[in-house]
Formats: sequence, structure tokens, C-alpha cells
Amino acid sequence: MSITLTVNGTPATVAAEPRTHLADLLRGELLLTGTHLGCEHGVCGACTVEVDGAPARSCLIHAGACDGASVRTIEGFGEDAVMVALRESFSAEHALQCGYCTPGMLVVARDIVLRLPDADEARVREELAGNLCRCTGYRGIVRAILGVLASRRGAAS
Amino acid sequence: MKPAPFTYARPADWPAALALLAEGARPVAGGQSLGPMLNLRLALPERVADLRHLPGYAGVSMQGETVRIGAGTTHAAIEDGVVPGRLGEILAGVARRIAYRPVRNRGTIGGSFAHADPAADWCAVLPALPGHAIALGPEGERRIPLAEFVLGVFETALRGDELLRAIELSALPPATHFGHWKFCRKPGEFSKATACVLATPGAAPTAVLAALDAAPLVIADASALLADPTAEAARLVATLALEDPWRAALARTALRHAAEAAR
Ligand SMILES: Cc1cc2nc3c(=O)[nH]c(=O)nc-3n(C[C@H](O)[C@H](O)[C@H](O)COP(=O)(O)OP(=O)(O)OC[C@H]3O[C@@H](n4cnc5c(N)ncnc54)[C@H](O)[C@@H]3O)c2cc1C
Ligand code: FES
Ligand code: FES
Repeated sequence: MSITLTVNGTPATVAAEPRTHLADLLRGELLLTGTHLGCEHGVCGACTVEVDGAPARSCLIHAGACDGASVRTIEGFGEDAVMVALRESFSAEHALQCGYCTPGMLVVARDIVLRLPDADEARVREELAGNLCRCTGYRGIVRAILGVLASRRGAAS
Repeated sequence: MKPAPFTYARPADWPAALALLAEGARPVAGGQSLGPMLNLRLALPERVADLRHLPGYAGVSMQGETVRIGAGTTHAAIEDGVVPGRLGEILAGVARRIAYRPVRNRGTIGGSFAHADPAADWCAVLPALPGHAIALGPEGERRIPLAEFVLGVFETALRGDELLRAIELSALPPATHFGHWKFCRKPGEFSKATACVLATPGAAPTAVLAALDAAPLVIADASALLADPTAEAARLVATLALEDPWRAALARTALRHAAEAAR
């Protein structure tokens, strides 16, 4: 089937079998390999991208459902202020080692920062429960997100 | 690419959706349960019918004291307070503990209820609430009491030619007490034992025990459970004759915690 979607602000028309999921479409057809695949059944969070403005599992959206959707992958955040702050904070806090989980972590981290500006450590950990990291033990990731939350609260007051 | 081949249809209106269903298409809403089943080839539909673009599929409307929640309303919308009042508060608290936010952004209340996974949260909570599941079939809408909707593991009162259209619930007074407890070793994991207790002023309290590998146990009058949570939880769980002692212990604990939280 032919589907048209917007990826990182650019319209794209691709031919795909209906059984292709969005992650394969992004990686295989559009060569956006920043989106990673782990479990392909919704559990690990590695494939998380933004679909129509909200984080979603790209392994669980098959091609037909993408028709007309607007998708933002890790490649598409550019100079987005929250993402810039998160990148710096992830680097400073050693929030990644192999980097496999990082694209999904960043998409979810950005959602936490914007949706839950008052989140404390317990809430950040709860919100991160759907993103697995096999390297870091999470401490650096949690600290990186808490750091961005704190600096935004500081800037707002 | 892991699923077996299937074709995709996006019905523009409800008659078209029902026609696709009659031709054997498998409905898909958020795809958060069907998606994994397709990827694991546990589901092998020849055609899927995407319900997400049907008019009025998502969203909440009020008709007097009745709240009508479109089956396509996402867990995330409910978490964010799309349902007003005390009822909305209760549902938001349940929604927040379903899976993870990226799953809640797509997964729907109707998809979850129609799927009838014994460990699913809506299957453990909706049967305690006063209201109906609205089924839409070739002859129009049919109302199924929420307590009678889930019949077994992945089995509901929906007929093969029907779709779940909406959930209708009665608004709840501000003084309503609600307790909900589930056992997960990690947030967002499927529960090993779930219970909820609803105590509405002026009505008999109700309770549900779920995640039983069977239909949920609906307790139409939970007064005894509220009066003595420990003893009554033990009595209720004993009647189920659960094989595994750990499962019975978790079920007792779930009922007791839910009852204590609803007092
Ligand atoms: C990682 C992960 C963790 C999860 N954890 C939890 C959890 O902790 N608690 C929990 O409750 N759930 C959990 N879920 C499941 C999630 O809540 C799903 O959103 C929900 O079960 C299904 O809703 P859906 O809209 O995605 O339905 P779909 O996956 O689209 O459909 C599910 C089934 O229902 C049928 N169906 C859908 N809509 C209708 C309709 N309107 N009429 C008739 N049939 C219909 C479909 O044909 C299919 O068989 C989890 C899912 C994932 C991926
Ligand atoms: S690959 Fe999508 S959640 Fe694991
Ligand atoms: S950095 Fe390796 S999995 Fe998270």
C-alpha cells in the first residue's frame, strides 16, 4: 500500500506492506536509523518516537495506521530547547553507555519534562519504567532528567 | 517485519466498520494488545479494520448524570482528566497505572475491555462501577451491564457482529470512596492480582477481584468486605479454590488493601 506521512516536518510517500511497522518503515525505507528496535512488542521502549505530538511505540503501529500521521524521530529534534538541555544533561551525567536505549529515553524524557514539570525522583523513575537500559543502572538517566527539571523550575521562578 | 501478511482497511463510518466486521476483518483500535499479538504471530488476521478514525470514536459526553466515554478514548486522555468529577478522578488514578505513557497514548478503554485480558485494569475496575457497555451491531445499540461484560479469559458478551461503541457510567458523588490495589513487581507490568472496592454513599458497596486467569469475580454487595477486610477477603478467596498458594495469598492481599483504602 502507498502511505503518506510527515516525518520530521517533511512529507514522505512510501510503499509498504501493511504488516510493516513504523520502526521498520523509518529505518528501512527512510534510512532514519536513530530509532532502535529491542523487543518489538511494546515492552522495552527503545523504539519510542513522537506520533502526532505524543510518545508512542513505533513497533506497535503498522503501516496503514501511519497514513496521515506526523512522526518525529530522534533525528528530528534539532535545536528544540528541551532536547538540547537533555542532551547536555545526559552527557554530563553519563546517562548512556552503549546508547541503544538513548533515542527512546530522550523522547520519553522530553515528555516528562514538558508534561510533569513538578516530577520528583520517584515520579521520574515511575515514568521511565517503560524504557529499559541494560548499561547504566538508570541513576545517571534519572539524575540527568531531574537536572533539567530543576533548571527549568529555577528559570521559571 | 514480523507479522504474517494482512490487508488494511480504514472505515470512514460505522456502517462501513460493521460491514468489514461481517466480512471477517479484525478490529484494531490502539493496537497496543493486537500489535504485539501480530508481531508474535499470535493473531493471524487476513484483514484489519482500523477504528481510530470513526466519527465520535474517542471523546466524552455528558447526558444528565450519565457519562458516555467513546470506546476509542485513550488511557492517556483519561489519565489527563477528560472525564469530569469524582468519577473522572477515580478513572484517572486507574489509567495512570496502566502500562507506560507511550502505550497509554495509543491504547484505548474500549480496546482493553473488548480484549478482556484477565489482568487488564479496566476489566478489573469497570465491573465495579454502575453502568453499561454499549455494543453496536447491525440492529443498532445494545446495552450490556458492565458487571456482565467480561465472561472469561479473552471472552466478552460482545457478539461476533458487534463492536464496542462506548462505556456509559453514572456520575459519582464527591464523597465516593474507592480503593484499587494491584501487585506488580515493576510499574506498568501486568498485574498478578488486582482488586478494587467502590463505596458510594447511599448504595451498596461493590468490589471486583481480577487477574485470576478467569473472568473477574464481581461482588455486588461488598458490605462484609468493608466491615472486616481480612476475614472476608479470606472467605471470598477460599471459595475460588485457587491452586497456587501464592496466588491465593496475593488475591487476599489485593482485596484487603482495596477494601481498607475504600473505607
Ligand atoms: C508493554 C505493555 C504493557 C501493558 N500493560 C498493561 C497494564 O498494566 N494494564 C492493562 O490493563 N493493560 C496493559 N497493556 C495493554 C494496553 O492497555 C492496551 O492498550 C489495551 O489492552 C488494548 O487497547 P487497544 O486500544 O490498544 O486495543 P487493540 O490492541 O487495538 O485491540 C485489542 C483487541 O480488542 C479488539 N477491539 C479493539 N477495539 C474494539 C472495539 N471497539 N470493539 C470490538 N473489539 C475491539 C481487537 O480486535 C483486539 O482483539 C499493556 C500493553 C503493552 C504493550
Ligand atoms: S521495540 Fe518497541 S517497545 Fe521494544
Ligand atoms: S546505554 Fe546501553 S542500553 Fe542504555
